[in-house]
Amino acid sequence: MIKVNGRDREWEENLTVEFLLKKCKYTFPLIMVKVNGKYVPKEKYKDTLIMNNDDVQVIHSIAGG
Amino acid sequence: MFEGKSQKLLASFDYKPKEIEKGYTDKRLYINLSENKIESKSVDPQVKEKFTGGRGYGIWYLWDAVSSKTKWNDPENEILVCAGPLNGITQYSGCGKAHIVSLSPETGSVNDNNVGGYFAPFLKFSGWDLLEIQGKAKKDVIIFIDGNKGKITIKESPYTEINTYHLTESLSEEYANDDKDKKNISIISAGIGAQNTNFGILNISWYDNHRKKVRIKQAGRGGTGTVFRDKKIVAVVIKYQGISANSNNVANLELVSKAGHRLTKEILSLDHLQNGMRETGTVNLLDHMQNYNCLPVHNYKFGSHPAALKIKNKVWHQRVTQNQAGDSCWMGCAMRCAHAVDDFELSTGPLKGEKVLVDGPEYETTAGFGGNCGCFDPDLVLEANFYCDNYGMDTIGVSTTIAFLMECYENNIINKEITGGLELNFGNIRAVLELIHQMAEGKGFGKIAGLGVRQAKKVLIEKYGADAKFLQDIGMECKGMEFSEYVTKESLAQQGGYGMANKGPQHDENWLIFMDQVNNQIPTFKDKAGAINYFSLFRTWFSLVGLCKLPWNDIEPEDNKQKYHGMEAAKVPEHVENYCWLFEGVTDKHITPEELILQSERVHNLQRIFNLKMGFGTRKHDIVPYRAVGPVTVEEYESRKELYDQQLKEIIKFDAKGKTTEEKMKVLRVYREEQYQKLCDAVYNRRGWDSNGVPTLENIKKLKIDFPEVLEVVKKYQS
Repeated sequence: MIKVNGRDREWEENLTVEFLLKKCKYTFPLIMVKVNGKYVPKEKYKDTLIMNNDDVQVIHSIAGG
Repeated sequence: MFEGKSQKLLASFDYKPKEIEKGYTDKRLYINLSENKIESKSVDPQVKEKFTGGRGYGIWYLWDAVSSKTKWNDPENEILVCAGPLNGITQYSGCGKAHIVSLSPETGSVNDNNVGGYFAPFLKFSGWDLLEIQGKAKKDVIIFIDGNKGKITIKESPYTEINTYHLTESLSEEYANDDKDKKNISIISAGIGAQNTNFGILNISWYDNHRKKVRIKQAGRGGTGTVFRDKKIVAVVIKYQGISANSNNVANLELVSKAGHRLTKEILSLDHLQNGMRETGTVNLLDHMQNYNCLPVHNYKFGSHPAALKIKNKVWHQRVTQNQAGDSCWMGCAMRCAHAVDDFELSTGPLKGEKVLVDGPEYETTAGFGGNCGCFDPDLVLEANFYCDNYGMDTIGVSTTIAFLMECYENNIINKEITGGLELNFGNIRAVLELIHQMAEGKGFGKIAGLGVRQAKKVLIEKYGADAKFLQDIGMECKGMEFSEYVTKESLAQQGGYGMANKGPQHDENWLIFMDQVNNQIPTFKDKAGAINYFSLFRTWFSLVGLCKLPWNDIEPEDNKQKYHGMEAAKVPEHVENYCWLFEGVTDKHITPEELILQSERVHNLQRIFNLKMGFGTRKHDIVPYRAVGPVTVEEYESRKELYDQQLKEIIKFDAKGKTTEEKMKVLRVYREEQYQKLCDAVYNRRGWDSNGVPTLENIKKLKIDFPEVLEVVKKYQS
């Protein structure tokens, strides 16, 4: 199990940041990802593995109405 | 459209324009149309100290003008067009907003709008911090303010065509000396839809020198255009020439420019990587709302639809004319988000076949007609957009009302006999356009639709025996105003942001959906209450000083989210610092971010108390329809069954095995409605209000707005 924005989510092997965003349908282009508090730059989404029990934050920088 | 007869002069007033000092003129222009009176009045220094300017002035002087018994169409009601001390600055983006205050035909209470265009800066440069119009004319009139000559006139209008598109072109011709002079004219106008419905808007113009066309922005919510036409005003025209880099006579131009340079640099280098406001404007939101289930579809039943691809941002990128310098609705604004579609050929209505410029579309219009009415067709969106503006009707109010009526039609609450033959199924483009024309003309079923959701509900219940409870659940209004275009079912904070907004469910007071629903940055009631309190006050501040909200957070410093975290990042601290510099640079008063919030808090509380004065504004008036909170129908529940079943199991700990959808919906509803009430408790507590949502005497004294007439209203509500 991992946490994504404070909510529980099933973990699976070889889960990358890129794949997690896809699974969560997080399509917004301006997001900032932190894994266990550590910032992950966009170019590393493909290679950054998420481990079981990790705490992932995906902050959408959207201003809205 | 122009009858060519001489224009009867009803009143004339000569004045010496007061010089602006540090962003203020300290003068208000008072016009009484019943008495044909024009006067110069001073702004009370105490009012300036307490309420800052802009909407703060508007609310206070409207409070002064009306009693608790005044109705929106009584002569005492006023329309106040207010500038604000930072209004008219050209070095910082978004400094041209007018803030308009009046009693609303929809809510019966105080209403406020912000709107771009050149009117407010021209008004201030002509010597006035605000324009205050009271009374009612006997015949249609045009008010003209010549800010250079120092002359104001009220004349009978010679125009038989009062709809905005052609009227503003004609007025520009009439009042400008030549084509070059047209840029010195700004016009407030409405149209026949404003006089025949409750959601009349005010269009405020500027002249697009590149296209050689009059452009417009809208003060859209709450029906101020209806008040305008009830007063028999066809237009207010202002003319001012001579804007300089320091027309506001600011205290420290260097500080103003420092803030301006920092923001402009960000916009020019980052906008195309962030929201693309310069490319399509607010409609960029459409794809994101669709992807995150927040796009209202079929009267807010659903949050997305496969056909929404037809009205996605890319489509608008192709439709709106790109790289137009005239797309800034005030000088110097680098956001330049006021886009337009050129040469759009109308397929219906009085201007059928004409190729027109359509200002927009904004996100709200696209989501309202496209998603909510189920008409996923860019041409429908543009035609509805054009005609609503031209007739002077609010695209949000109109689309939300039509969506509501469509759901009534699909549930056999109304039928073809009642609609006069209109088949109001979701997605019926021709029916939507026909109903817009009928609303504007005050004909047929348009008479009922033009009442807006709240009053239409009453007719359907009383005349056609509709189920009052069901209509309350699906009629998306609160306090009498229609919801703007976001699905809030999964964001408790946004439900509260809408429900507890002073004027009604408009997103300009709060927009917390992503912070809450997606980012989960405000998980507790205390967190949500803190965010609702802070952001409603911060957003209020723009309306006190004359600014646009968009350059605050529709562009961010590149490293904002890395330097700041959680709610702090959402505040965009470097932009808050810009605002402190701007305020100090203009007014010479040093201000901290906390003091900025205090300025807003005074006005926000006064507005809440104004609601109390007009007979609403307590807890029961903050309740939102259940459609905003959770699934009303089986169809809605089933559309997100997995999500709702999971919530029942994991959050409510309800064993849903073997239960029918209706049984599950009932449990979910009890839970969600309780959550909403708990949120109200938390927000009232955070705001220093009692459990009935009434500001406490202690809080009023702390804010130093304990004027005798204010205390008198609040004391009536003390338990």
